[in-house]
Amino acid sequence: MDLNQLEQLSEYRWRIPADNAMHVPGILFGDREQILQMDDKVYTQLRNVTLLPGLAGPVYAMPDAHWGYGFPIGGVAAFDANAGGVVSAGGVGFDISCGVRTLHTGLTPADIAAVQNDLADLLFAGVPAGVGSQGSIRLNDREMDAMLAGGARWAVQQGYGKLADLERTEERGCIAGAEPANVSNQAKRRQRKEMGTLGSGNHYLEVQRVAEIYAPKIAARFALSENDIVISIHCGSRGLGHQIGTDYLREMVISAPDFGLDLPDRELACAPIDSELGRRYLGAMRAGMNCALANRQILTHLTRELVAELLPHAKLELLYDVSHNICKVETHVVDGLQRELHVHRKGATRAFGPGNPDLDDTLRSAGQPVLIGGSMGTASYVLAGTTAGESASLSSACHGAGRAMSRRQARRQYGGRQVIDELASRGIVIRSPSNRGVAEEAPLAYKDVDKVVEIADRAGLANKVARLEPLICIKG
Amino acid sequence: MEHGRWEHFEHDADIGLRAVAATREGMFEAMGEALTAIITEPGAVQRAETITVRCNAPDNALLLVDWLNALIYEMATRGMIFGSWRVELEGQTLTGFVTGEAVDRLRHQPAVEVKGATYTALSVQQDSQGLWHGQCVVDV
Repeated sequence: MDLNQLEQLSEYRWRIPADNAMHVPGILFGDREQILQMDDKVYTQLRNVTLLPGLAGPVYAMPDAHWGYGFPIGGVAAFDANAGGVVSAGGVGFDISCGVRTLHTGLTPADIAAVQNDLADLLFAGVPAGVGSQGSIRLNDREMDAMLAGGARWAVQQGYGKLADLERTEERGCIAGAEPANVSNQAKRRQRKEMGTLGSGNHYLEVQRVAEIYAPKIAARFALSENDIVISIHCGSRGLGHQIGTDYLREMVISAPDFGLDLPDRELACAPIDSELGRRYLGAMRAGMNCALANRQILTHLTRELVAELLPHAKLELLYDVSHNICKVETHVVDGLQRELHVHRKGATRAFGPGNPDLDDTLRSAGQPVLIGGSMGTASYVLAGTTAGESASLSSACHGAGRAMSRRQARRQYGGRQVIDELASRGIVIRSPSNRGVAEEAPLAYKDVDKVVEIADRAGLANKVARLEPLICIKG
Repeated sequence: MEHGRWEHFEHDADIGLRAVAATREGMFEAMGEALTAIITEPGAVQRAETITVRCNAPDNALLLVDWLNALIYEMATRGMIFGSWRVELEGQTLTGFVTGEAVDRLRHQPAVEVKGATYTALSVQQDSQGLWHGQCVVDV
């Protein structure tokens, strides 16, 4: 990205100055090197977002921002319904409520070392992953609607997990305002065989070791200690969410002229929040979020059962579950006024600071756990939301590293078997149905997650708490 | 150029598809092949079953998105992968006859599922020589 088109506000904050067309400025987080390496299309896409109506405050690009579709991945924007603000299906994306949940296990590295390959085989056999995989749960129409209305709460009622899980899940496991009737039959059909499936691409289930603690007091609140074993699950709303995105993007693209919206990029497809289409999308999107929460809850249940077969003393307790592709109604102070806003985070993680009432008693003093996923051989991180992040970025932080090379480049450069063998030599066991998929997801195909997290920490978006290193990775 | 040509182009997070053909139909068919190539080698797909998809859209670019999304939907709900594509167009209505087989995870080694076709970098154009060009970024 050309630095000449930006104003540097501080070491890690850069601004796209507002011009006559832009309603608000754009703010990018990153050090000089990261911003230089960012694709110019991040600038273009972030600037395009500033042209949308009803924005409240600047739009933001997180340190892992990269070229997306419509919004940049790593983009954050808040809209005020009372100011003609919009909700954008393109600003949420296809994988509605894709997110990460991390579970304590009570296990030690020695426990895992004793069964590492067997556990990998068991998880790979028991957790449906990859193209063409199917879950064992089949929902009829009534059950599907109950799941879409109830989210992880529905899943727990069905016996997949326990009530305590809900306390540590965003929205207590169920976002209000979900409207299953607003979800097409095609979307529901696409979900029929996909409940309790991991998906593919960068989605995974990992057994990880806490390799380093950076903030001991917060880590204690999160019940994390060095050499703890945790399990992280990264996935989203599966086919249902993808189809909701497909359906509403199309409708919003076609309807944009009717709303007087002159979109600089069709993918920014949106509708006024206070319109029939806007309200209908929000109801469907929230149903998509509940699907993602239910899906991660079912995967948690499966994981508990599988781990117990080999390690019956394991106790899988949920640390936290948070999404990074979603639009949420939140209250923020913007321009000195407390306002209720529709905050879009696309490839960005909500990062509530200490004291937020959304957090349970234990977490409230520490801030919300912010779960940052790695890529097979690279580390993942647990961060904590900060008070400073509220005004800096609408309580938002990064979500991962972002790709450094395309899938084709990665495939040309790495072989799947080679990647698996190299990681095995480092003590990381990979299981995947597709060697080609592993090659395309090779750790070096991604940017340096350590750097992204470091900058998020230094910029005050979220504080580093713990570094997690993979021991087993189940890839779709 | 009776049969279209296709290629994938670079996109940071996702994958771009691009095709050129002598006819609008050929371009849509080549885009179908480019879609399968994201997942597996199109030549490795056996032609066991043919299904029909229909789409209608107000312009060619939207029709391309609809066509790709129809293929994505059929692959997802039928658990199939496609290896041949025949497209008939009547105005802005597309009828596609696509042939393929059930996904075989061992043989196809499917790399990634496609979530949906986007409107980013989307275009359908006919050049001065009459060739049809299409491109689209899909989310994976």
